[in-house]
Amino acid sequence: MTDTAVGPVRAHADGPARADEQHPTTRQPGMVQLLDEHGVRHHDPEHDLDLTPEELRGLYREMVLMRRFDSEAEALQRKGQLGLWAGSRGQEASQVGAGRAARRQDQLFPSYRDHGALLARGVDPLHILSIFRGIDHGGWDPVEMNVHPYTLVIAAQMLPAVGYGMGVQRDGAVGTGDPDRDTAVVAFFGDGATSQGEAAEALNWAAVFNAPVVFFCQNNQWAISEPVSRQSPVPLHRRAEGAGMPGVLVDGNDVLAVLSVVRSALDRARAGGGPTFVESFTFRMGAHTTSDDPTRYRLAAEVDAWREKDPIDRLRTYLTAEGLLDEEFEAELAAESEALAVRLREGVSAMQDPDPVSMFEHAYAEPHPQVTAERDEFLAAWEQHDADLHAGPHGGDA
Amino acid sequence: METMAIGRAINAGLRAAMDRDPRVLLMGEDIGALGGVFRVTDGLQKDFGEDRVVDTPLAEAGIVGTAIGMALRGFRPVCEIQFNGFVYPAFNQITTQLAKLRARSRGRLSVPVVLRIPSGGGIGSVEHHSESPEVLFAHTAGLRVVAPSSPHDAYWMIQQAIASADPVLFLEPERRYWQKGEVDTELAPGQVTPLHKARVLRPGTDATLVAYGPTTKLALDAAETAAQEGTELEVVDLRSISPLDVQTVAESVRRTGRLVTVSEAPTFHGPMAELAARIQESCFYSLEAPVKRVGGWHLPYPAARVEEHYLPSLDRVLDAVEQSLAA
Repeated sequence: MTDTAVGPVRAHADGPARADEQHPTTRQPGMVQLLDEHGVRHHDPEHDLDLTPEELRGLYREMVLMRRFDSEAEALQRKGQLGLWAGSRGQEASQVGAGRAARRQDQLFPSYRDHGALLARGVDPLHILSIFRGIDHGGWDPVEMNVHPYTLVIAAQMLPAVGYGMGVQRDGAVGTGDPDRDTAVVAFFGDGATSQGEAAEALNWAAVFNAPVVFFCQNNQWAISEPVSRQSPVPLHRRAEGAGMPGVLVDGNDVLAVLSVVRSALDRARAGGGPTFVESFTFRMGAHTTSDDPTRYRLAAEVDAWREKDPIDRLRTYLTAEGLLDEEFEAELAAESEALAVRLREGVSAMQDPDPVSMFEHAYAEPHPQVTAERDEFLAAWEQHDADLHAGPHGGDA
Repeated sequence: METMAIGRAINAGLRAAMDRDPRVLLMGEDIGALGGVFRVTDGLQKDFGEDRVVDTPLAEAGIVGTAIGMALRGFRPVCEIQFNGFVYPAFNQITTQLAKLRARSRGRLSVPVVLRIPSGGGIGSVEHHSESPEVLFAHTAGLRVVAPSSPHDAYWMIQQAIASADPVLFLEPERRYWQKGEVDTELAPGQVTPLHKARVLRPGTDATLVAYGPTTKLALDAAETAAQEGTELEVVDLRSISPLDVQTVAESVRRTGRLVTVSEAPTFHGPMAELAARIQESCFYSLEAPVKRVGGWHLPYPAARVEEHYLPSLDRVLDAVEQSLAA
C-alpha cells in the first residue's frame, strides 16, 4: 500500500474500497477521510456512515448550490450591488457537512464565512447577502433559526456558544435520550481564531463544565495573508488535548467525513459526553474578501494543488462511478442553480435601504432617555434639511 | 425596615431575585464557598446550589462571554467581576457582544446580563483594585450603568438591574460595603424609585452638589459641614450614569444656580463632563457660576499611601463649593 500516511487505528480496517494504489491520497496521518480527492470511497469502522442515494445526492446538491450562491454573491459585489463579500469557495464540504450534521434544535454560532452551514439550516440566502449590502447585520431570526448572528470579532462567538451550552445543560436538555430534546451547540471558527485568548478560554471552559459544544474549526490555511504556521506551531486539533477533550482531524474537503465526524461529536455532546474539537482541514480557494488580493501572499501552485482536492468534484466522481448521478439530475440541479442566481440578483436589487430612523430602535430594549432625545433631534434635523432641500436655494417661492 | 450594610443589602437583593426567578444565576470567581472576596454572595451557593451560584475559571472574558450565551438561552446571569481593574480582560465581550447583540439582531435577541463590579478606591489596596471604569461603559451604547450609594438602593437596584431586559453594569461602592443604613424591603414594585432616576437626598438653596456611588456620602458630609457655616447645599444622588437623569439635576440647578460635581472617576472626559455639558445646555440662563468638577486626577490610580490625595476629599469639595459661590 502506498497510502502509508494513514494512522494505525483508521488504516482501512475493512480494506480499501477501490484500488488506492493507483491514486495515492495526500491524507495526513490520523486524518479522517471517507472520500479521497479521486472520488474513492474509504471505509473507516470508527467513522463510517451509511447514506441513502437520496442523502448523497442531497449533499451534492447543497454543495453545488452553495458554490453558486458564493459565485453569484461575488459577481454582485463586482457589479456594485454588495459592498463586500467574504467568499466560501473550497469550503463547501466543511460547511455543508457540519450544517447537515446538526439537528434543527442544535444552536449554531457561526463566524462570518459559514454561509453553507446557514444554507443547510434553511436560512434564506438573501438574509446573508443583506449583511454585505449594508442593509442589516443579518436578516434571519436567530431564535427561529437557532442560528446566532454572524460574529466578526474573531473568536468572540466561542464563549457565548459555550454559555449557551451551559444553559442547555441547566434546561435538562442533555442526556435525556430524547433525540428531539437533547441539544448541542456548534461553534464555528477558523484557524486564525485559535490564536485568540478567548478561544483558549472557550475550550477550557467547555471542558471544565462538560458543555455540549462541538468546536468546529475550519482550517482553511489562511487568515487573510497569514498562513496557519503563523498561528500555531502544532496541528490545531491538538489544542483539544491541552483543554481536555477529544480532538479530531478530518478532511474538510470530504463532505462524508465531515458529516460523520461532526455528527458523532454532536451525538456525544447531546448525550452528555462533553465537548469535542474538530479540525476540518480545508482551503480558502478565493480571496479573504473581495477587498483582498491573495496573489500578494500565496502562490498559484498552492491554489492549484488544492483545486485537485475539490470537494464537489470528488463527490461527483464518486456518485457518477456509483451510478447515482444521471443527466436528468444534473440538468435539474443546473436549472435550480440558475433559478437561485436569478432569485439572488433580483432579491438584492429589490432590497430597500432601511429607514434611517430605525437605527435608533434597537440599541436598548427599554427606553433610554438620551437615545430617545437624540432620535428626536435626528428626526427634526432630517425633516428640516428635507424641507430646505425641497424649498430650493431661494425658498419655497422659487 | 431593616438595618444592613451595603454588601449585605446586595446579598439580600440577590437572594430575593433568585427566590423570585429560577432563571437568575450567579457567576464569578470565588463567589461560592468563599462568598466572594467582599462576601457579597455569602451563603447563596449553599442555598441555591452550584448550578445557580457558579464558581468560574479565572477568566473574565469567559465569565462575561458565557453569561451572554446563558442569557441567549433564557437565563439571567449576574456576574461578579472580582475587582474593577479586572474587568478589562472582559472588555471585548462587554463592548463588542454584550452591548451590541440587541442592535445586531434588530431587537430579536436580548442579553439581560448584570455585571457587578466593586468600584472606586479608598480601601488601601494594591494596583487594579481601586479604579472607577464607569465612563468606558457609559460611552458604549447598549449598556446601562448604575451605581447605588446606600443599602436601600443597593437592595432594590440590584433587583431592578436583574429585571432589566438590557445589560446593566452595577457598580458597587467598594469602600462603602460596610456602610449601614435602613432598608425597606417591604415596598411594592410601584413604590420603588425607578432604576435610572436621580434623587435629591438633601434639599438646599445655595448650590447643587451631584455625586453617585462612593462619593454620595462625601457630598452629604460636605453639605453637613457647609451647613454649619450657613451654606445650604442641595445634594443629588445621580444613581445612574447611563442613562443620565439630567432633568432632576437641571431642576435643582435652576433653583440653586450653581453646580458642583463629585466623582472618584477622573474628571478628564469623565461622566460629570457629560452632565456639565448638558446642564449648560439646559440651564445656561440659570447658572450663576461655571460648573465645578471634583474628581480623580487623569492618572493611573496611585499607590495606596497617596490615594487620599487622588480621591476627592471633603476639603476639595468644599473648596469647589466656595469657588462656585464666589463666582
